[in-house]
Amino acid sequence: MRTICFYFQVHQPFRLKPYRFFDIGEDHHYWDDYLNRNVIRKVAQKCYLPMNALLLDLIHQHKGKFKVAFSLSGTFLDQMETYAPDVLESFQKLVATGQVELLNETYTHSLAALKSKDEFQALVKKHQDRIKELFNGYQPKVFRNTELIYSDQIGAMVADLGYEAVLTEGAKHILGWKSPNYVYSNANAPKLKVLLKNFLLSDDIAFRFSNKTWADYPLTTEKFVNWINAIPKEEQVLNLFMDYETFGEHQWAETGIFEFMKHLPEAVFSNSDFTFSTPSEVAANVSPVSKIHVPVPISWADEERDLTAWLGNDMQDEAFDRLYELEKLVKGIDDPEIKRDWGYLQTSDHFYYMCTKFFSDGSVHEYFSPYDTPYDAFINFMNVLSDFMLRVKQKQAELQS
Amino acid sequence: MFGWEFPPHISGGLGTACYGLVKGMNHHHQQVIFVVPKLWGDEEPMADFVNASDVRIDYREKRFKKFWKNLTYLEVSSFLVPYLGPEEFKKFTDYAVHDRTDVDESIFSNKFEFSGKYGKNLMEEVSRYALVAAQIARDKNNFDIIHAHDWLAFPAGIAAKEISGKPLVVHVHATEFDRSGETVNQPVYDIERAGMEAADHVVAVSQLTKNIIVKKYGIPASKVTVLHNAVLDSSIIKSKYEKKVPEKIVTFLGRITFQKGPEYFVEAAKKVIERDPNVRFVMAGSGDLLNRMIHRVAELRMATRFHFTGFLKGNDVDHMYAISDVYVMPSVSEPFGIAPLEAVRHNTPVIISKQSGVAEVLRNAIKVDFWDVDAMADAIFALLHYDGISRMFKELGSEELKKLKWEHVAAKLVTVYEKTLAERS
Repeated sequence: MRTICFYFQVHQPFRLKPYRFFDIGEDHHYWDDYLNRNVIRKVAQKCYLPMNALLLDLIHQHKGKFKVAFSLSGTFLDQMETYAPDVLESFQKLVATGQVELLNETYTHSLAALKSKDEFQALVKKHQDRIKELFNGYQPKVFRNTELIYSDQIGAMVADLGYEAVLTEGAKHILGWKSPNYVYSNANAPKLKVLLKNFLLSDDIAFRFSNKTWADYPLTTEKFVNWINAIPKEEQVLNLFMDYETFGEHQWAETGIFEFMKHLPEAVFSNSDFTFSTPSEVAANVSPVSKIHVPVPISWADEERDLTAWLGNDMQDEAFDRLYELEKLVKGIDDPEIKRDWGYLQTSDHFYYMCTKFFSDGSVHEYFSPYDTPYDAFINFMNVLSDFMLRVKQKQAELQS
Repeated sequence: MFGWEFPPHISGGLGTACYGLVKGMNHHHQQVIFVVPKLWGDEEPMADFVNASDVRIDYREKRFKKFWKNLTYLEVSSFLVPYLGPEEFKKFTDYAVHDRTDVDESIFSNKFEFSGKYGKNLMEEVSRYALVAAQIARDKNNFDIIHAHDWLAFPAGIAAKEISGKPLVVHVHATEFDRSGETVNQPVYDIERAGMEAADHVVAVSQLTKNIIVKKYGIPASKVTVLHNAVLDSSIIKSKYEKKVPEKIVTFLGRITFQKGPEYFVEAAKKVIERDPNVRFVMAGSGDLLNRMIHRVAELRMATRFHFTGFLKGNDVDHMYAISDVYVMPSVSEPFGIAPLEAVRHNTPVIISKQSGVAEVLRNAIKVDFWDVDAMADAIFALLHYDGISRMFKELGSEELKKLKWEHVAAKLVTVYEKTLAERS
């Protein structure tokens, strides 16, 4: 069996409002409700609603043969519930067809896996509960960590939680001569299967689709099917992992991205021997060829495919360490608002905005950031964190007395 | 008087000082024609403002042409021009890199616009301003003396003197050595020196500045008078604005540039926080060293105790002073430095560097060498923890403030004018 596994990341952070030094100690609402609502509504119109409708059509049209998988972050679910219940309903319809698989992740799309097993497990549990609640008791079997961040150690934590498979990047520096088009297993917990993103073919759709200076522009379904037919016969799985916002938001409707997706399944069925599968089907049907060793965490971000988009410069490390220093204190406080803010502050995007890699990937960072510079992002986050620390300490003092 | 800025459109202490001086002169019934490159329409109607952009210029006048020729070819090859904010900085560098056209054709039309801000086209504007100054000097012949503030207006002063034959006083609020350290921008230095040499008398804002003028510009000490700045209002401000955090606050407020010594404040903060974590440090302002300071604070792992506010305007400046427990001005070289006096008005004890002119008039403040971060940390710690000393400074500081009036400065200036006019005749 040769199969294509489509997986889409759907995530929106709770962006911080401009929070000034003068607000510390007084203003405890950190979130830019107006901006966040606008982003959700804009992306809903350009991407979520039309693309969900298109996928629903394809699922009906191909009667059980076309399928995809999503990971919907908790911060996205929360914002969708508040700002876009119509989008939530369309996702519920998709899941109800039985052809759409949902994955688990940390609730707030956090970097907790790199810092605290406890917090990691707590956030995964929260995501499980929320998916169950919103999608009619649905229980994911496959895990996808924030931005495909993965290492042997993170894989072992995922295996401990009972998942069958995990998704990550087919990074060149861990694969070497090996192909991403096989199923591998975790080096420490061999039962856990590891699905690797084929970044060449994924990025042809996600990044290069509308690039007119690309030699293969324009990308057509015939061309794409020719490429997948050229994959050696023994390689069985083609993992196409990408941001869901690729459709209509990163690649605008005018680029023809919707038309491409509309015709892709048909072209695949009529001109190749590929089928479509969800990650859990791949995990159940395909045996791993070997272990894959990932001693140092990888991700799907930037050229380096490492953690440097979020951590590594002094600002990111300072913000990250100061935040997680609070973990024990927060755990001891039973206050819903403190708990909520603690989670939302962990969202990886806050650290992404502080990235100072200004070269090839700087423009990507800039595109996603609501701040003018990484320095602004850092100052704003630290002001908020300073207020949050005061609240935590105050609550703790109240509890003690 | 030729200036470059006037409240409320100011980017530094020069505008505030000019405002105080004009107000003081008003008190002594002196008529002032104040020329600024661009009027915004909302200045107080105290002086007879002449908007340089509105003056029609007769470019065929020979003496003008000579002037233009003398000044056109001066170019700023350094980015360290006074009060260059980030926005202007960008414009300036864009200009320097992309669209430098040394002679703008519009100069030869009858009327031209001044941007009124520092930065882009700075040298060009300085020389255009001089051209206009000459025209004004010819049109308005009802004045006795010409007074030019800082190098930007010196060419204007020289031009006005040349065409009118009236005596010139140049007022030095800062020198190129304060702004750039020892690596001075030569064209700027040349203008400063030319202005001081052409002047009949030089006014310096402090003894510190007078020393530089004598030593580095070779001006005879007898030609230089020290007139310390004053404060517009010496009353104590009782702000209703309250601090929202439990910790004490130590503040740096000013442009974040080499001259202001922000890095010494950061290093001293680290030393204080190591001993007492219950303090918050605030660096308010903006400037070309801001990002470097943010990086350093992150590197020292004290960003939850050290905050940045960006550029503060209007009420926020008052609020910042009001909630500060200690104000620090670690300037590397500060001709005067009016900000500590504002802090005193808010009953905030101050620490100032010995390399500041204000140290000459403010006796009740802790004075440290800007580079001595240990002494600075000690002083901050002492003012935060030993109530006796901070209470004493609060009381005595506000007494001292009452003596610093612009009327007094203006009275001394009138004496300088009289002496200068007497020497001429």
